[in-house]
Amino acid sequence: MIYLDHAATTSPKPACVVEAVTDAMLHFGNSGRGVHEASLGASRAIYEARRRLAELFQAEGPEQVAFTPNATFSLNLAVQGLLRPGDHVITTEMDHNSVLRPLYRLEDQGVELTILKADRKGRICLADLAPSIRENTRAIFCTHASNVTGEVNDLAAISAICRPRGVLLAADVSQTAGILPVSMEQMGIDVLCFTGHKGLLGPQGTGGIAVGRGVRLSPLCVGGSGVHSYDREHPSAMPEALEAGTANSHGIAGLGAAAALLLDQREAFYKKEMELMWAFYDGVRKLPGVTVYGDFSDRNALRAPIVSLNLGEEDSAWAAGELAERWGIQVRAGAHCAPLMHRALGTVGQGAVRFSFSHSNTREDVEQAIRAVEILAEEVTA
Amino acid sequence: MRKKELRAVIAFSATTDAMAAEAHLKGAGIPGRLIPVPREIRAGCGLAWSSPAESGEAARQALGQAGIPWESWKELLL
Repeated sequence: MIYLDHAATTSPKPACVVEAVTDAMLHFGNSGRGVHEASLGASRAIYEARRRLAELFQAEGPEQVAFTPNATFSLNLAVQGLLRPGDHVITTEMDHNSVLRPLYRLEDQGVELTILKADRKGRICLADLAPSIRENTRAIFCTHASNVTGEVNDLAAISAICRPRGVLLAADVSQTAGILPVSMEQMGIDVLCFTGHKGLLGPQGTGGIAVGRGVRLSPLCVGGSGVHSYDREHPSAMPEALEAGTANSHGIAGLGAAAALLLDQREAFYKKEMELMWAFYDGVRKLPGVTVYGDFSDRNALRAPIVSLNLGEEDSAWAAGELAERWGIQVRAGAHCAPLMHRALGTVGQGAVRFSFSHSNTREDVEQAIRAVEILAEEVTA
Repeated sequence: MRKKELRAVIAFSATTDAMAAEAHLKGAGIPGRLIPVPREIRAGCGLAWSSPAESGEAARQALGQAGIPWESWKELLL
């Protein structure tokens, strides 16, 4: 099997992650629910994970990182925690349904929504942003990189437009966390929503939200916090303010181990991922019958290690099925939960076949994938 | 019943501060451990650092130097 679906979830996970989860499942009690060693073991692992992620994202402190089950939960939390009827919010056609659907729901409740257009290459135009800002604009929700094309948005430039106008930047870094440099400080990110199981290399069921100290978010859930039990209200201090119920300490222990690995190795991993991605792109881009989506004109540009393509007019699901059945190549077909991006790319009917790479892949994986696409391209153009 | 000893008890308003304090104080070699907040201390996040009374001042100084906030400090017989 050749696994090239790392944008969906990275696999396999590093050994240190597996070991941390196993150790946690063997030894941890419930974090924050006691002061015995088993409970403290869980609390220590969660704190270490917070500390490392705060360092990785250059957040304002470990306490500003709250854990959630996934990026979708974090984005729902950010959308519902920041916006009220009468507010205006901006997002982009590059964004995922985990941003769009929570925003559509609030649009139905009186929040005004503007969606910045993407062009045929799947890029937004920054010049469109400032004219879209209104007096009541509360925030922009923006993906750091498209999960379809890998195109990266310049979050620092977006923040430079938004911050002087009092507009918060909420970034979805699902496709870039652990892969690209992500700095809340340098990029001016006010709310950062991440998943733990993609580029961060952690277990599924982990994710989180990092919040600037000046930003107040209403929680989605309240309840048991392990602290201030006699208070009627849920604690307002971070991170407990955004965490209710038993934490996924087993998963978070794995995520913390992954974060330690990435603090040391992220740049080396990214270099390899780019080498593999460009080798694949170069191998398929000129094949007759192959259409590659996105802007690959600048080889020095930061991007997520993704190449999406189609073969002739064939359904992307057919192509992915052939790749899996005939060569054991695991890729994702379809709409990738990014409907507006497919509308911009002109691929609503066909979807796209997405190849996404990780440092765990090899040059041989890429060569086999190129050869498989070559054969399929010959077949569809014959 | 074990004879109670005078302990310096430092309470924190946030669990992240308590966890940071534990890591820092253990690293600095200051004796003590995290305990449940005694009922004499009404504030706090549920976790408190307990040192032998003679190490309390060193603990507070170490936390101050590291910029780790604490909420209250008391000497208690525990």
